[in-house]
Amino acid sequence: MTHSAREAAAERRFRKALLLLAGALAAVLAAFLLAACGGGENKGGESPVATPPTGGQPSPTIQGATSCPPPGAATTLTGAGATFPFPLYSKWIDEFDKLCKLQINYQSIGSGGGIRQITAKTVDFGASDGIMNDEQTAGAEAAGGPILHIPMTVGAVAVVLNLPGVENGQLKLTPDVLADIYLKKITKWNDPRIAADNPGVDLPSTDIAVVHRSDGSGTTFIFTNYLSKVSQEWNDSVGFATSVAWPGDIGGEGNEGVANQARQIPGAIGYVELAYAVQNNLPWAAVRNKSGTFEEPSLDGATAAATGIPLPDDMKVLLTDSSNPDAYPIVGFTWVLAYVNQSDKAKGQALVYYLWWAIHDGQQFTTDLLYAPLSPDAVKKAEAEIKSISYQGQPLLQAP
Amino acid sequence: MQVGRGNSTTAVTLARRRLWRIGNWGDALSRIAFAGLGLSLLAVALLILYELVLESRHAISAFGWGFLTGTRWDPVDRVFGAAPAIYGTLASSFIALILAVPVSLGAAIFLSEMAPPWLRSPLSFLVEMLAALPSVVLGLWGIYVLIPWVRDPVEMWLGGHLSFIPLFDGPPFGVGMLAAGLVLAIMVLPIITAIARDVMQAVPTSQREAMVALGATRWEVIIGAVLPYCRSGLMGAVILGLGRALGETMAVTMVIGKGYNITASLFQPASTAASTLASEFNEATYNLYISALVELALILMGITLLVNILARLLVWRVARSPGVIAE
Repeated sequence: MTHSAREAAAERRFRKALLLLAGALAAVLAAFLLAACGGGENKGGESPVATPPTGGQPSPTIQGATSCPPPGAATTLTGAGATFPFPLYSKWIDEFDKLCKLQINYQSIGSGGGIRQITAKTVDFGASDGIMNDEQTAGAEAAGGPILHIPMTVGAVAVVLNLPGVENGQLKLTPDVLADIYLKKITKWNDPRIAADNPGVDLPSTDIAVVHRSDGSGTTFIFTNYLSKVSQEWNDSVGFATSVAWPGDIGGEGNEGVANQARQIPGAIGYVELAYAVQNNLPWAAVRNKSGTFEEPSLDGATAAATGIPLPDDMKVLLTDSSNPDAYPIVGFTWVLAYVNQSDKAKGQALVYYLWWAIHDGQQFTTDLLYAPLSPDAVKKAEAEIKSISYQGQPLLQAP
Repeated sequence: MQVGRGNSTTAVTLARRRLWRIGNWGDALSRIAFAGLGLSLLAVALLILYELVLESRHAISAFGWGFLTGTRWDPVDRVFGAAPAIYGTLASSFIALILAVPVSLGAAIFLSEMAPPWLRSPLSFLVEMLAALPSVVLGLWGIYVLIPWVRDPVEMWLGGHLSFIPLFDGPPFGVGMLAAGLVLAIMVLPIITAIARDVMQAVPTSQREAMVALGATRWEVIIGAVLPYCRSGLMGAVILGLGRALGETMAVTMVIGKGYNITASLFQPASTAASTLASEFNEATYNLYISALVELALILMGITLLVNILARLLVWRVARSPGVIAE
């Protein structure tokens, strides 16, 4: 009796809650619709700037040597891979669609996933923050022949700090000190080796809490590759990869996870993408580059890393610890992976014209999104790579 | 079915016979259809198992049984061992149970035996709402609210006063085994509470009345009649909670801090099988690495399977004891 009465009461309450929920949902939906309409009108008002040639008045920013794929090229492409360049790729895909009516579906499933997908040929292009290893290359070549690493943009990794009283960019770190901090050999902020490079900085005696990424990531790849280049001990005991066996301390999930730990724990040091550090105002350290200058992370410093240094034709090069005197040392390319021999002519054409646009006109969108543009040297190499993409021996790109 | 037929009147029997005749086809068809649907569940489970074994073959052949005891997880050197992940999975779930079970049982006793009716249903409803909380939401709450609180004051205080106990030794990071255990405790709390409450309510009123007739107080009724009567059901509730804790991924990944070692300290970052999988699968770059991760999934499935078998055995025990709840 009491049981069924209670059930009935619970049911009444539940119905009431449902009604409330439905009401709230309807209200939110209505507000959303209104906002969407308003937004649409706004967009309409601004459209002359953003509308492509069809709008009559071409945008000043996307004029120039761009040419769209010839008639007969595919109108849809799929790609998958790296998460790091995803905001930039989304922007590119959007802009190129406006320009040339090419729809690209890019899924940011991670570099490892991108390599697997392009090897399985389930996508038209892959994307990766790291260079494919021998095993992966062999697998891809067995599936579709030679595969290209075409650089798209340069990413920088900032070393962020939580040191009360030390200003942004004030702390200077030499490569060996940074490596030894991550090796847990330097464990206090007032360690004489840190102090030696930082006269006049009031260093606390707190423990250093080392924060790293817990998930596999291209950011970790670049950072650990840098440490491997500057520290023999790091190279021997840890090495570099998208995920490594860390000597110490805390893992954070994603850039936001690392940033959060770094913010919360006094004395923490971590590494995040430059874009993330800038957007969240995280104080960072200046790191000494190969030619001895202490450099704060910057887009110019990242582009400089690929300027004036010998670049191989296949562009499978890790930019960390660049010898350019203006370079910030912890940077790396992110690549699009594509087969030299395309098995579908229409798709291959669409792909090469998109990539050509991306490394030229597309580069103007990089800095707004806090990615570093490719250096002219890198663009030249990438051009040669894109020109080599062919269908049955015929190059797909008509000289623009 | 036979009992029903035996009791029926002639008219009903006739009607049933007619139905039976037309229904012959339907019966056979439905039997095949439902058997197929039922077996498809089994097929899905077996397919998953098959796929897991297939995909983990590289790791199994490379490490053998040593995978279970290996303590290194080094994607660079291509050495993988699951012991810290297995330890982390069991330890974090164990911590969760230690924290959650007393609270859950207390709450269930209150809801079932003591709460006034006007409080009972809203409270029960809230408990069930808590169970529906998406784990990623709990993980975010963990990052922004729980972890700072765990670090200071909880770990600061424990580390400052009780650091001679190995459990509380180590630097206070906030993230780590303790935070993971706390988040898991919050996740299993509603499950255990809801099931324990149902189990207690299913205890026949006659049991309580008999106890009261002997002059027992309300407390004595609970301790002497209700709890012993549904002991097995309560165990089942706890084990279902444990099952949830073992497999929980997102919230744990966000707060456990990914250390890969076996230490007694609750302050140290740790890993569970599920969190390692979630963290590393996307960027696992070569076959052996992926294979090792899949083998970790296989082990996790094994652990959960064991727990479920245990729960099933307990439920059977409940069903066999006289006049009880498990319909």
